[in-house]
Amino acid sequence: MSQIEGRTVPAPGSAPALGPLRRLHRSQRQKGFWVYAARRFLRNRLANVGLVIVGTLAFMALFAPFITAHHYAEPSFGKAWRFPSRESWLGTDGIGRDFFSRVVYGSRVSLSVGLMAQFISFLIGVPLGILAGLKGGQTDFLIMRTVEGCQSFPRMLVAILIMTLLGSGFGNVLLAISITSWIPICRLARGEVLSHRERDYVVAAQALGADTFHLLVRHLLPNVLPVLLVAIALGIPEAIFTEAGLSFLGIGINPPTPSWGQMVGESVNYIRHFWHLALFPAVMIAWTMLGFTLLGDGMRDALDLKMQID
Amino acid sequence: MRYIALRLLGLVGVVLFVSLVTFSIMHAIPGGPFDEDKMPLPKEAKQAILKSFGLDKPLWKQYLLYLWNALHLDFGYSYQSPGETVIQLLTRVWPVSMQLGAMALALAIPIGVLLGVLAAVRQNSWLDYLTTFLATLTIITPHFVLAIGLILLLSTALNLLPTGGWERPQQWIMPVIAYSLGPLGTIARYTRTSMLEALRSDFVRTARAKGISEFRVTMKHVFKNAELPLITIIGPMFPNLLTGSIFVEGIFRIPGLGQFFVTSIYQRDYPMIMALSLLAAMLVTLVYFVTDFVYMWVDPRIKLE
Repeated sequence: MSQIEGRTVPAPGSAPALGPLRRLHRSQRQKGFWVYAARRFLRNRLANVGLVIVGTLAFMALFAPFITAHHYAEPSFGKAWRFPSRESWLGTDGIGRDFFSRVVYGSRVSLSVGLMAQFISFLIGVPLGILAGLKGGQTDFLIMRTVEGCQSFPRMLVAILIMTLLGSGFGNVLLAISITSWIPICRLARGEVLSHRERDYVVAAQALGADTFHLLVRHLLPNVLPVLLVAIALGIPEAIFTEAGLSFLGIGINPPTPSWGQMVGESVNYIRHFWHLALFPAVMIAWTMLGFTLLGDGMRDALDLKMQID
Repeated sequence: MRYIALRLLGLVGVVLFVSLVTFSIMHAIPGGPFDEDKMPLPKEAKQAILKSFGLDKPLWKQYLLYLWNALHLDFGYSYQSPGETVIQLLTRVWPVSMQLGAMALALAIPIGVLLGVLAAVRQNSWLDYLTTFLATLTIITPHFVLAIGLILLLSTALNLLPTGGWERPQQWIMPVIAYSLGPLGTIARYTRTSMLEALRSDFVRTARAKGISEFRVTMKHVFKNAELPLITIIGPMFPNLLTGSIFVEGIFRIPGLGQFFVTSIYQRDYPMIMALSLLAAMLVTLVYFVTDFVYMWVDPRIKLE
């Protein structure tokens, strides 16, 4: 022990008898946390509903060619503007494309945009937020001013500007969404790190001589990650909404690839007569967002430590 | 005082940053406001127009000129609405959006807070479940989907209300509902959550043990502590709702600010794009600024540095 430096932690080589025992104990507790969280999640009825909805959507997206009888872009001019019938379950659109196929294929765009945009937000937001929270000082100042600058942009205006600049298409939609969606994640990560950094267990670990890396990996990340995961999950509907909005305006996903937002947008002019063209994609957007919201809420309730009081 | 000065300086920085980025992206978009497809003109006439709007100068000069003019509150002429300055155009169309947004907020805030409080106080009752259900439903449904749903129900199926327009109060009903339900649900949900959290605190138990009436406990001890997260949520709703929505205004054919977010970009109406971007940025920054002071006013423990 080096009392001179004010540290009471033993040098790495001379682990006391308690060392291994304590470590085993902690690893058990960590595993327990996630296991219990999963159990709480599965006991939550609404969370299970969310799981089923998202599962069904994922099934639709993955096996779309096997579910549908027609290709989503296959026109049939003799059968245009049909209402739902036995032959075409959800009717046909203005150029006779099977609307059921288009609705099913539409899930691909929504799901992949939602998941990938949030993944990108995680990759950008979490490291920056943790860096700002841990380093403080000028780094924090710089990152937070960037964040404030970016969040003062009107979201939709920036998205439209970027889409007009780069042209419509899947990748550009992702870019236009992620350029603003990392901000809340970054702010949250920073806030969490700041709040945990002052807590007794972190201060104690620091007093025991833990370096920044150890603090981050052993103490901060395990405590901060659940909150961030929930935020990521709850941000998925928002990303799906932005994609639907851009496609609604006709500057999102390129036709003939079907996107629900685009389908709703095209239907607005005919809504008084061809109600099915507006109804089904609109319901699917709401349904998808319901699924992800319930899933995210379930995760939050299962992971949030405050909720354990119940 | 020093804090306020620093924050105001930050506001200036944000405006400069937003204006620079918007200006760059906007001019990076190919095509100009007076191209052949928009205005078939002889070459000389086009040159003259470009010159009169200063569009023949190098970009950096245009930007500095814009800032200089903006400092003198001259935001230029809107290209898409000939003969009208940006200020005139804004004073013509923005009040419509503000009216819509204000009506939506006037509906969303009181009802949302009330529902949230009731749901928390009667946790796990039918009222709680109904509120949670409604809140979830309205939050997850994008407002253009809500708008479509309302039209399908109230216009197409029941034939009760007109599908759009903004002249008569009947035409206000659907857009205001479509616009307010999302914020209403969000407010109800956050109120409920933060109320529940405060309800579990020790000081609530103490207050009850002292024999204070349940109503007083709810209002003075619980709600007072649940206000803070609410302010965080409600603050940013103001700039969002007051600047109009492309979707709701588009679907219901409302002559507000919303449509200009799209048409300005499509038609390369540079002065209007800049004005909209700066307007929105200023509103957002201002709201964060004000929100921080409201925090301090509501919770004296919070100090700004």
